[in-house]
Amino acid sequence: MRVFRYPSPPPSSITPHALWLSRRDLLAAGAAAGLVGGILPSRAARAVDLAAQPGPLSGEGLKPTPLRDVTHYNNFYEFGLEKTDPAERSGDFHPRPWTVRVEGMVAKPRTYDIDALLGRKLEERIYRMRCVEAWSMVIPWIGFALRDLLAEVEPLGSAKYVAFESVVRPSEMPGQGGVLPVLDWPYVEGLRLDEAMHPLTILAVGLYGQTLPNQNGAPVRLVVPWKYGFKGIKSIVRIRLTDRQPRTSWNVRAPDEYGFYANVNPAVDHPRWSQASERPIGAGGGFFGASRQLTLPFNGYGEQVAGLYAGMDLRRDF
Amino acid sequence: MAARRGRSAGLIRLALYGIGLVPAVVSFVLGATNRLGADPVNTFERTLGLWALRFLILSLCITPLRDLTGVNLVRYRRAVGLLAFWYALFHLSAYVALDQGFDLHTLLADVTTRPFIILGMVAFTILSALAATSNGWAIRRLGRRWKALHRWVYAAAICAAIHFILSFKVIRVETLLYGLVVAALLAFRVYRAAPRRAKAPPV
Repeated sequence: MRVFRYPSPPPSSITPHALWLSRRDLLAAGAAAGLVGGILPSRAARAVDLAAQPGPLSGEGLKPTPLRDVTHYNNFYEFGLEKTDPAERSGDFHPRPWTVRVEGMVAKPRTYDIDALLGRKLEERIYRMRCVEAWSMVIPWIGFALRDLLAEVEPLGSAKYVAFESVVRPSEMPGQGGVLPVLDWPYVEGLRLDEAMHPLTILAVGLYGQTLPNQNGAPVRLVVPWKYGFKGIKSIVRIRLTDRQPRTSWNVRAPDEYGFYANVNPAVDHPRWSQASERPIGAGGGFFGASRQLTLPFNGYGEQVAGLYAGMDLRRDF
Repeated sequence: MAARRGRSAGLIRLALYGIGLVPAVVSFVLGATNRLGADPVNTFERTLGLWALRFLILSLCITPLRDLTGVNLVRYRRAVGLLAFWYALFHLSAYVALDQGFDLHTLLADVTTRPFIILGMVAFTILSALAATSNGWAIRRLGRRWKALHRWVYAAAICAAIHFILSFKVIRVETLLYGLVVAALLAFRVYRAAPRRAKAPPV
């Protein structure tokens, strides 16, 4: 006997709650003004509310950085070099339609549609984010453990690393053109398989309760909270399991400044600046709002992840 | 006539200081009232450093401008040079006080181990020596040595330009352009100082 399946629309086609509400406001306003129109703000249509359970792995007592700073002060060199460029210059980027290919040393390579990823059981994870430039934020991500996705494709015993690749679209990403070569595109990143399988490692599809804005790596990005922010590759199109340590963009660009591991480590300085402390972003109050705070080993996640690196010299493998 | 000219030059100099300090005052007020973006201390530091380099470059433009166009602004050069020094001092102070919070351990490690910071400190040290000897008394006292001392401004400009280029994670067009301007201004000096080859004598 065939089982009837209720049709379930993909999340992308469901009108977000806030927009649904604002549409009523618009209708009410239109009626009040004597005109009824179906005008919808096109930008507002991008952000979609996501249902997410609070994750057990969120940090205790972390106060999230204001949404405005999370979305208007970040690095995403595909859109330009200034911290304000991602927000200002990502308006032409299309995070849909989108697929993520998971392949390489796996038994069941698969291509995931973004709707399938958004339809998974999502968790909120409030994580510290430490940029290699010595500033930091606290971001309420929404996503799922990378290990759950990897389990579905069944990594082979020979797989030792996971390589990630970002999208290349110079027509939508103005930073991929430019006069001087900044980085080799596509942006690539990598993790050791055990790092990728760690429960703290997530693929994020949202922040602050909604889908990722373009400037923060829409539609899906990596978040590894004990590593410097540049490890969190954005707008991922390919995930490949391999037996060789993958090339990573910043390491290729300046191997003496950015290592493959890039674990947050206050004891290992960047050649040009100290990593011992950090400037928290968004404290408010201008110059006198918040002073520097000490940077924690593994960004405060040492208890969970230090074991991954037992016996390694983290000054050499920085 | 000459007196009036002297007085108007004095007024212009005063106006130069007044206008020249506007970027510092404006960004200080913005930063103190939380209107300088998400990372106000960093923005403030960079703004001050950039203006120090700009005034340093302006001070180096005055001789080529005179030699190439005949416009003589030499009487304002000291004011422009001192503005460069003041901005360098503000820049350093912002780094020491606002950014590092007088953390002597970090500061000491910075100035002893990081070429990026050392270049900035060398430029600042030179500018300090030049600022300290920019008065009439020092000029008379040092005599011919004054000129030799003040040629160190070229070294300061080179250090400052490299320091600026290194202040970003990647090499930027903007920083390279500043570097090129400094290089061109120094090349002009080298060219002027080179002995002219005598024309071949008529046979």
